[in-house]
Amino acid sequence: MLFFVARRLLYLVPVLIAVSVLTFVIASLLPGDLAYVILGDQATPENVAALRHDLGLDQPIWLRYLGWLWHIVQGDFGRSFRTGQTVLQAVSERVPISFELMILAELIGLAIGVPLAIACAAKAGSAFDRLMTGSAFGMLSVPTFLSAILLIYLFAVELRWLPATGYVPFTEDPLANLRFMVLPALTLGLAEWPGIMRVLRSDMIAALQEDYIALAKAKGLKPSRILFVHALKPSSLTLVTITGINIGRLIGGAVIVETIFALPGIGRLLVGAILTRDLIILQGVVLLVGAGFVIMNFIVDLLYALLDPRIRHGHA
Amino acid sequence: MSSALLSVENAVVDLPTPRGNLRAVDHVDLAVGAGRTLGIVGESGCGKTMLSRAILQLLPKKAKLSGRVMFDGQDLTRLPAEKLRKLRGRSLAVVFQDPMTSLNPVLTIGTQLIETIQEHLELDLAQARQRSIELLAAVGIPAPEQRLAQYPHQLSGGMRQRVAIAVALSCEPQLLIADEPTTALDVTIQAQILDLLAREQQRRHMAMIIITHDLGVVAGRTDEVAVMYAGRVVERAPTPALFKQMRMPYTEALLAALPKLDVAPHTPLPAISGRPPDPTRPLKGCSFSPRCRYSAERCGTEKPQLSTAETPEHLYACFHPIAARVGA
Repeated sequence: MLFFVARRLLYLVPVLIAVSVLTFVIASLLPGDLAYVILGDQATPENVAALRHDLGLDQPIWLRYLGWLWHIVQGDFGRSFRTGQTVLQAVSERVPISFELMILAELIGLAIGVPLAIACAAKAGSAFDRLMTGSAFGMLSVPTFLSAILLIYLFAVELRWLPATGYVPFTEDPLANLRFMVLPALTLGLAEWPGIMRVLRSDMIAALQEDYIALAKAKGLKPSRILFVHALKPSSLTLVTITGINIGRLIGGAVIVETIFALPGIGRLLVGAILTRDLIILQGVVLLVGAGFVIMNFIVDLLYALLDPRIRHGHA
Repeated sequence: MSSALLSVENAVVDLPTPRGNLRAVDHVDLAVGAGRTLGIVGESGCGKTMLSRAILQLLPKKAKLSGRVMFDGQDLTRLPAEKLRKLRGRSLAVVFQDPMTSLNPVLTIGTQLIETIQEHLELDLAQARQRSIELLAAVGIPAPEQRLAQYPHQLSGGMRQRVAIAVALSCEPQLLIADEPTTALDVTIQAQILDLLAREQQRRHMAMIIITHDLGVVAGRTDEVAVMYAGRVVERAPTPALFKQMRMPYTEALLAALPKLDVAPHTPLPAISGRPPDPTRPLKGCSFSPRCRYSAERCGTEKPQLSTAETPEHLYACFHPIAARVGA
């Protein structure tokens, strides 16, 4: 198991390097010279040239990349020229918000998707199954901005149960924090459950056809044990994958949902950096988010091994 | 028949398919007494596995079963699900063909044994564990205590089949159904597994049904043999009587198709030519007639019923049985 973890960790290095190269190249390809962005349109060519030299922008791109990477390895991701905040400060301020949103959204998605998937697989082909599979299809095609607006209309405008926008830190007032989080998390969770439900349902239907399920029945086990232990455990691998991918995606913040609900998370930091041409923040955040995604996948790999002994022992 | 532990009476299994109704089991009557062994022999697709699933009430949902399956005085086809569950694994156990797929890949050997024991017997975890170790030792698995924590993929095919047998034996069943228990295994392992089954059957005095395509498997190990073809039992006899004088040309052809060690190299096997009839398009006459070398006109128009030979235990369904033809 230790060897397995070490090997997977080693795989991370080339992936992270590739992520950093891509991030840097894409940020460099954005139109507009950083020097002009900083100095504004009144700048003289001499000032621009001097600033470009100070910032190292007159150097070839590979040299700039290596310089950037060198700083990052030392823990310095750069500093916004607008706010003076370092990338790490900006990110660490906002990560808890996006993280909380992601966890709540995923919990809601799983809480709806998993029981539905099990119920549908147990009664595959029934009217209930068809209704639920149909609803999942319908939900998949509803964009989050639409469900966000509908939820705001229902719960904030009509019923007045929950606030439409805003944010209070969890440490300040946990209850108020959760009240602000419910609607955005629900919006995302409603988009998550159809995928979770469909994948788990089809995996469980396949598992229920297996010989070992016939044997479990022939052993006289209770139907609940057959469903929840013998069928669910081998089916949960893709569930872990899809949850991992969802979480990885949401680490980067939910740009649309954070914007609609005015949550100061990573998503809004990114949008803000793009709108103000804050390239240093932009490339730093994109790199950190990419790294988060890769690490999440690494954790998924480890969970696989935990769930399936064949992977743990290198048989599959 | 009334004293039999299990009797299958007039069993018919119909499977709806896109090509029409498939009659997998066609009016089968069978019986096994307590402590006795019945062999069911036939080629792939003759309905023997469907018959075993019908006995266990494990048919696919779409399948329709009619007739009766009497086990220990109860008709399994009419038993409520909960009572059936208490019987399965407890009194009625099964070993499937392929140990690579019949054990759950993500549960340990110990879990799969202990869950069965604890479902049916009033034992605590430590006692169930102890019993599992004894069972694994009884089926010839070395270091049984360490095996409990292992997963199926860590064992060889033969070892896995031994585990499956240990699971089946775990609650001292009255009847064990072994559905092609050695087909998926190496030849060298096959005899070991069959001997293990025979030994445990003797020791526990349970009844056993061995389902196989190999007449050689049932030859020395069963009390009675039923030969199935196209969903029907075409010959049934006490094992010694059958091998002394088989009546049905199909049984003879099955025996002839067994590879033998004492023939010259490169002698072609006398395989049975042709294929079994399409089960969705039943023949009017004897199902074997298109492949039978003794087939006559009557065989194509009329279905032969099971009739008795010289002893009442020996039944066959043929208009031109082998011994009679020799005399004619």
